[in-house]
Amino acid sequence: MLLIPCPNCGERDEIEFDYGGRAIQYPALNNSMSDWHMVLHQRDNSTETIEEFWYHQSGCECWFKVTRNLNTHEFES
Amino acid sequence: MKYSGFSLLKNSFSGHKHWPNIAADIEPKSRYDIIIVGAGGHGLATAHYLAKNHQITDVLVIDSGWIGGGNTGRNTTIVRSDYLLNASFKLKDFALQLWQALSQELNFNLMYSPRGYIDLAHSDGELEHFLSRANAMRLGGANVEILSSQQVADRVPGIDVSDNARFPVCGALYQPDGGVVRHDAVAWGFARSASTAGVHILQNCPVTGFTAKDNHITGISTTRGNIECNKVLISAASASSKLASMVDIKLPMDLINVQAFVSEPVKPILDSVVNYNAGLAYISQTDKGELVMGGATDGYESLARRGSFSSIEDTLARATQMFPFISRLRLMRHWSGTADIPMDGNAIVGRSPVENLYLNCGWGYAGFKATPAVGWSMAELLATEQLPQLLQPFALDRFKSGALIDDAGIGPYPWLH
Repeated sequence: MLLIPCPNCGERDEIEFDYGGRAIQYPALNNSMSDWHMVLHQRDNSTETIEEFWYHQSGCECWFKVTRNLNTHEFES
Repeated sequence: MKYSGFSLLKNSFSGHKHWPNIAADIEPKSRYDIIIVGAGGHGLATAHYLAKNHQITDVLVIDSGWIGGGNTGRNTTIVRSDYLLNASFKLKDFALQLWQALSQELNFNLMYSPRGYIDLAHSDGELEHFLSRANAMRLGGANVEILSSQQVADRVPGIDVSDNARFPVCGALYQPDGGVVRHDAVAWGFARSASTAGVHILQNCPVTGFTAKDNHITGISTTRGNIECNKVLISAASASSKLASMVDIKLPMDLINVQAFVSEPVKPILDSVVNYNAGLAYISQTDKGELVMGGATDGYESLARRGSFSSIEDTLARATQMFPFISRLRLMRHWSGTADIPMDGNAIVGRSPVENLYLNCGWGYAGFKATPAVGWSMAELLATEQLPQLLQPFALDRFKSGALIDDAGIGPYPWLH
């Protein structure tokens, strides 16, 4: 069970949240197909921690970014 | 040693203490023709068919853990081929044909039980979609029926098809040849067959890197030293991404946790596999009497192989909608696996940008049922260098070209899970 640190509400149960996926830096709209392919599809799964977005749907309705360890599920910020 | 009534009798005299190991203990050689990274069902099936169909036994299957300790031993053992698109259907239907004779071929009881797979529809629209899927399957030669809700109730005692349900059952797609296969036996059966043929299986030995020259892999580094080879197959499910990144290949996969669980054993109540489609919950009963259940993924990236209570609750809520009688059963065991899920939800099988490196990954939570067909086809690719027609749609470059295998008909969609 994740206890997700919402910047407004503090640590809350994961059922209150929607997952927003990796915090990706999107390229400009007119960048090449290959740039967009790299960003949209390809994932770097070689690291233990990732930056990701969560949406506190049943709370303050705020989107925020956190760093989480994929093996221990610990949040670092 | 061939397993038979005679060998059983013979070993019973010595208290069953002298059965040979399923896979022989080996010292790795310094060079192999083919190295397969990942000793799960897929990797071991590939080794088995390399030996059986192509007489290639200079093969090493290497794993950081033990045989079948990954997703092969962590699924809910369901086999079926009810897919709409030819690419998905044909590979899984070929696997369904192979499962039927595999126990005899491997001389290992896989407990293949074609007890029928029932996919419930909860709206007229869903039932129409099932009808078109069933027709596509019939064109491909599969045996499939559409059941009314009354026929579902007749076939599956204990199921709630009343109108009072939150999502009433409108009907179902029924594939009589679908069923279950004992997953551990699949890993052990393929391992034993490959090992007997002379394939080396090295367990508890992580691959730490590849040595490459001019876009060509010359060998692998492991915790037990370097091993040279002509070809490498990465068949390591969620670890494939990390392995591929060692040769600068990024794979289009998200790694997500999926959970499954079994109830306490009860008397025989369920003689088919049933899937609840308003959300997801699939259920079958083992020969021991336990009800095996699984559901959707946990929904966020994870490598932890342990899941959240919320998704257990979610799956069980759906399962009790189907079968109200299970509400008073207790869960006995629970486990998780890391599913490697590409953007179109279908696997990545075939060649890679590196000349002699081959990929088999991205099976998500759909890999077990395809095991023998993938092994068969991958062995053909490794042995003949010809890409079998069954594998052609699963190319890595389909994400760049846009030729996705979109079974759900929802288009390319990040976070497909």
